[in-house]
Amino acid sequence: MSGFFDIPSDLQHSYLGLIGLHLREALLPVLAGLLVSLPLAQLCVRFRWLYAPVLGLTIVLYAIPSLAFFVVLIDYTGQTETTVMIPLAVYSLVVLVPAIVDGVRSVPPETLAAATAMGFGPVRRYLQVQLPIAVPAIIAGLRVATVSSISLVSVGMLIGNQGALGNLLNDANIYHRPELAVTSVLTIAALAILADVALILVRLLLTPWMPRKGAVR
Amino acid sequence: MIRIDAVTKRYPDGTVAVDGLSLEIPDRAITVLVGPSGCGKTTTLRMINRMVEPSEGSILLDGQDIRQQPVNTLRRSMGYVIQNAGLFQHRTILDNIATVPRLLGWSKQKARARAAELMERVGLDTSLAKRYPYQLSGGQQQRVGVARALAADPPVLLMDEPFSAVDPVVRKGLQDELLRIQDELGKTIVFVTHDIDEAVKLGTMVAVLRTGGRLAQFAPPAELLSVPADPFVEDFLGADRGIRRLSFFPSTELELHTAPVVAIDAGTEKLASGGEAAPCLLVTDTDGKPLGWGAPDDLAAGAIDRDRLLPFGRPFVPGKDSLRTALDGAVLSPTGWAVAVDEEGRAVGVVSQQMIGEAIRAAHAEGRPDAKAAR
Ligand SMILES: Nc1ncnc2c1ncn2[C@@H]1O[C@H](COP(=O)(O)OP(=O)(O)O)[C@@H](O)[C@H]1O
Ligand SMILES: [Mg+2]
Repeated sequence: MSGFFDIPSDLQHSYLGLIGLHLREALLPVLAGLLVSLPLAQLCVRFRWLYAPVLGLTIVLYAIPSLAFFVVLIDYTGQTETTVMIPLAVYSLVVLVPAIVDGVRSVPPETLAAATAMGFGPVRRYLQVQLPIAVPAIIAGLRVATVSSISLVSVGMLIGNQGALGNLLNDANIYHRPELAVTSVLTIAALAILADVALILVRLLLTPWMPRKGAVR
Repeated sequence: MIRIDAVTKRYPDGTVAVDGLSLEIPDRAITVLVGPSGCGKTTTLRMINRMVEPSEGSILLDGQDIRQQPVNTLRRSMGYVIQNAGLFQHRTILDNIATVPRLLGWSKQKARARAAELMERVGLDTSLAKRYPYQLSGGQQQRVGVARALAADPPVLLMDEPFSAVDPVVRKGLQDELLRIQDELGKTIVFVTHDIDEAVKLGTMVAVLRTGGRLAQFAPPAELLSVPADPFVEDFLGADRGIRRLSFFPSTELELHTAPVVAIDAGTEKLASGGEAAPCLLVTDTDGKPLGWGAPDDLAAGAIDRDRLLPFGRPFVPGKDSLRTALDGAVLSPTGWAVAVDEEGRAVGVVSQQMIGEAIRAAHAEGRPDAKAAR
């Protein structure tokens, strides 16, 4: 049994250490992606014509293989976590930008009219009305971005030791220890599920105002 | 006073929504803008709180151009109520109502206390305070909308078809409530509707707009019904404006007959004598509350059978109800006679269709209807 968690020393991490590294490499890019997407999405809402080109651009970026990103980035950021995380952050935009745009646009026009009529300025209206109402859509986007990011971290093994739990797949190969591959895949899947559940809980906490199934009127 | 002065609104696409409109909106009264869909009512209303800027002309509030104060200060001094309420779905009922006080910098505690006070004022149970909008019925949401608009005690209230999306029974309740609140608070209300009945019921003054955003007539509702300015207004008022106009004549002048009203325990003599004035006798219980109509012969025979009395229709309260209600009562009554009752529901007399007709002719001859009898 211990073979599953007996991590080869070349990875320089314990099992738990790998989990920590994996989560960091997966979640920081999503956070960065969110911070970029929020203003970008707001620009797209405000200037409608901007949405199509921005969306097109995120799709093109998403289509670039991570290896190509690594080749370019390695000259600047070296064989580091950062080199892995930059493409992941870029990939998250393809989900987050449309999720936020749709969320903000889903605010009913009469709600916006009421806010304006009550004397909300544009900034206050965005922060206090549009953003909170967009929370369910934003979290739906975050769930997809997070799960895919957790699975994508593994490609970090292409530039050496930066694939976190993904590196176990490589080691399983070179050391002929298939149980490491099992550990890798199952742990990554478990992390994805846990992250997803956590996001669902966050949504429930943030949106007590949403109709719940079976709620009484 | 709000003065709309030769205002024209041309949208960027060339649509002229409002065309050279001038209106003097009186203080502490309900002014209704009414007209067919697309005639520029919403545009006009939104120019008052500058959600839409006029292309030409100006709007004055107490003599001062509304462009002279910061736009959000202006808006916070004007409550705004819209169809479907436009509540903030992510805030509790209490926090929805507390919105403008909070914007004005009140403490959370003070704003919420004020919000709770308003919930009662608009007839909402305070147990709903912690609920979210999706947990309320359409009518309750609309009440929250009104409470939210009133929260900071603004002198002006702008209402854009606030009651159009609720069913007729709830709508009537909301209208009555608005009139009651207005009696207490005396706001300057500009009320938009496409429903002429609502306009006549609520308005102190009614502005009828025609398509293209031009003013067709601006008058008190009774005057609108008696002298429509042109065929457009006449058509818009509908076929039964003569009947509806009766709402504005009080029933005080009606001469009530008391002889045909007999108590169920009256002697046969009284029963026989009552029959001279009317074809039927109104039988009341010992308290004087009407039970129904009976034929004098049957009654004189000593056979008062409660179950065989004819229904007496809908009674009216002289002085409180209008000639329209009295006439309605007479038309609905199987005998053609309407029953007058006092505030406690005790019969005070009966009156025939013919007598009501005479009162109508007399009232018309006298001219001016009484605006207060409208409701
Ligand atoms: N933002 C806008 N841009 C162009 N046309 C508009 C705009 N808003 C309203 N209109 C047009 O102006 C006219 C009056 O609209 P509105 O004031 O909403 O009418 P109402 O409230 O009486 O139904 C309509 O023909 C409508 O299509
Ligand atoms: Mg409208």
